[in-house]
Formats: sequence, structure tokens, C-alpha cells
Amino acid sequence: MNAFEYAAPRTLDEALTVLREHGEEARVIAGGTALVTMMRQRLVSPGYLISLHDIPGLNRIEVANSGLRIGALVTHREVETSPIVRERIPVLAETFRRVASVRIRNMATVGGALAHADPNQDPPVTLIALGARVEIRGAVGRRELPVEEFFRDYYESSLAPGEVVTAVVAPQLPPASGAAYVKFLPRTADDYATVAVAAVVSLEPDGERCRQARIALGSVGVTPIRARAAEALLAGQRFSAELLQAAGESIKGAVDPLSDHRGSAAYKREMAAVIVARALTQARDAARATARGTR
Amino acid sequence: MNRKIHLTVNGTARSVEIPTYRTLLDCLRNDLGLTGSKEGCGVGVCGACTVLLDGKMISSCIALAVSADGHAVTTVEGLAGDERLHPVQQAFIDAGGFQCGICTPGQVVSAKALLDAIPNPTDAEIREWMLGNLCRCTGYYKIIESIRTAAQRSRA
Repeated sequence: MNAFEYAAPRTLDEALTVLREHGEEARVIAGGTALVTMMRQRLVSPGYLISLHDIPGLNRIEVANSGLRIGALVTHREVETSPIVRERIPVLAETFRRVASVRIRNMATVGGALAHADPNQDPPVTLIALGARVEIRGAVGRRELPVEEFFRDYYESSLAPGEVVTAVVAPQLPPASGAAYVKFLPRTADDYATVAVAAVVSLEPDGERCRQARIALGSVGVTPIRARAAEALLAGQRFSAELLQAAGESIKGAVDPLSDHRGSAAYKREMAAVIVARALTQARDAARATARGTR
Repeated sequence: MNRKIHLTVNGTARSVEIPTYRTLLDCLRNDLGLTGSKEGCGVGVCGACTVLLDGKMISSCIALAVSADGHAVTTVEGLAGDERLHPVQQAFIDAGGFQCGICTPGQVVSAKALLDAIPNPTDAEIREWMLGNLCRCTGYYKIIESIRTAAQRSRA
């Protein structure tokens, strides 16, 4: 690694000031699992690191607007094991559980993972399907945007210079809804997905037809993507094998995977269709169970 | 760009002046002389560098030493008592939980963290917890057996 200056400010305002002063030369560090690895590989060589770890208040999980607000410094393992997450948005706990190994989940943070903007990560896929929003602080103030608008390109987010992710806010599922995260990884359990799909299905009062579906995919393009064409096919329709197949087929045109050691682009495109159908089936079954439980 | 940091290493307060780019692993090995933790992959995947930071296992090869300032670090050297090995260490010996040995310090530290968190783990819990510790000799069955043995003995 190259030499760099290191600051561990005690307040967010102080961190933002230091970040503004040092501009492009500075990088923000939280858990460090992505940044330190990239620094060791000389992919990035920041001259100034600003650690968020000594800033109080960024590591809380709290109920907000009937959903959950998860602070940027909350670790993946904390999301996975949090009783409040497991109770209110269990698919989120399940998704974070699928990231790498316990050891990495002890280090990697929610905000750091978003800012890293790696399209192979698990959490953004489920966060997009849930309709979660990112909270951002910068010199000019606070802004918020949907997670699905946060990612711009491979390792590129819409964070402006001088901005920091402070939290992610995930809404609770609507009534008569179910969610699923399906990670297809034929190699090892701690690997990135070959294809990952999150689906949230909301049922009509009849418990049979799909009122609304939200579908997101990871590892199939330069950013995680939302599959709006497939969602439109499902809205108002009765679930059938044909419908799930059609939803899967519609995915093939929406994805743009890279060929790599996790599979060829053609293979990933085929598997995206299969995994979307599986995720929808699981989400539908979960929605039916929820609907039955509340009727 | 040197910094003086203060760590509690295996229960003992240590202060050390290091360059900011020093990883925690290099700090432990080169500055503090604790060479039990090993560097395998250098990217947080293999688990040979596993140490506990405030009781939680981390990859010390991708942790900056400056980020550990003020915190407690436990390495494999801190597990044994004066005359006795830690029950996990003894179980690895008795059940043959290692072959070449390079991954063993990381395996043992991870196993200790597991039994601290889940004293009575199922095989599935052992596998999920330990999947981030690779053994290129593929001694996994014996590693799992070692952990089972350590858990059983602590129940006895």
C-alpha cells in the first residue's frame, strides 16, 4: 500500500469538512473490506483516509416510518442477527447472511457496501426489491434517493464529491405480501452470486392474483437492476407456470451479464430467467402464507 | 505519516508507532512479534489471518492497524493459559484437526469465536461459521470433529 494520512473525526460535520478539504485525494473508510483490499492491490491509492468509526450514532438500527432505518456503520453481521430486522423484514436478515463469511460480515458495513457500488453484492438486490432509500449527507445538506437510482456504473455510485452514505431506510412489506432472495452460486458458499434475484410479491384480496411485484437482480450487469418489464407482466395476473415462465423470459432482454469464471454471459442470461421464476414462486408462497395468517 | 496506536493484545496493553498503511496482521507479526497469525490470500478470503477484535473474528490482513487503535486484539498466542492449551487447541491435537498447519491458527481462533458465540453448535452451524477458513490440505472433516470434541468437553 502507498502512504496516506489518516483521520478519525468524532463528528459527521468534521468528517465532511475534512472530506471537502482534501477533495479527490481523500476516501472515506468504514469496515475497510473493500477499500483496503483495493489499496493492497494498488487499484486505488488515496492520499487521505477518513474513518467514520469514531462517529457516534451511525451504527444504530431503528424503527422509522413503519420501516427500518439502518445506520451506515451497522455491520452485515449485525443486520443478519438483529432481532428487530428478523422480526420486521426477515428477507433483509437472510440476504445479509448470504454475504461472504461471518468474519467478513463482522467487518463490512451497510453504508460502505453501498458506496463501493459493486454490482455483485447481495444487499442492494433485496434493498431495491423492497423499495429502500439511501440517506446521504454532504456539505450542502442531506438528501435521500431510492437505492435503485443510487448505482450508476461498475463501482460507480451517484455520490457526489464530498458526500457520505449515512443510512439506508427499508420499508416494511405491504399487507398480504411476501419476499424472497435467491442467490445462485454453484461454486462456494462465500462467493459472489452467478445470478441473484430478490422478489417482493403483493397479492390481491382474493389471495390468488398478483397485485404488484417488485423484482431486482444482481451480478447480471454493471449495476444491480430492477426488472420493470417482468413486473408489468405480473401485475393483476393470476399466477401460473406460464406466467412465471413469461416473466423469466422477459428478463433475458433486460440483463447484460459478463462472461467470467462464474459462467458465460449466455449461461447467466438463461439462469437469470430460471432464478427469477424461483424467487417469484418463493415470494408468492410467502405472500400466501402471510395473507392466510391475517385473514 | 507514522501514528502511535494503543492496543490491548492478548490482555496486555501495547503501544506501537507504525506507518498508517500497516495492516493489523503486519503490525502483529512485524511490530509486536506475534507470528502465529499467517498471511494466506491477503484479500480476506482464506482465514489464515483470523484474529478477534473486541471478541469478534476479523481478517487482520485487510484491517488497518490504525483502525484498531484503542481496541482489544486476541491472537492464537493469547488462547493458552500458562501451562494448559485452550480446550479448542487441545481438541485440534486430539482429533487431528490439522495437517500442514498453516491454516491452523486461523482455524483455532475462528473455532474459539464460534464456541464463545454458540457453545453447543450443530454441524450445520459449525460449517456455516467455518466456511471462511480454508484448508488446502482439505482436512475439513477432522476440523469439524475437533470443534465438536471441544464443545462436548466443555459440556462434560
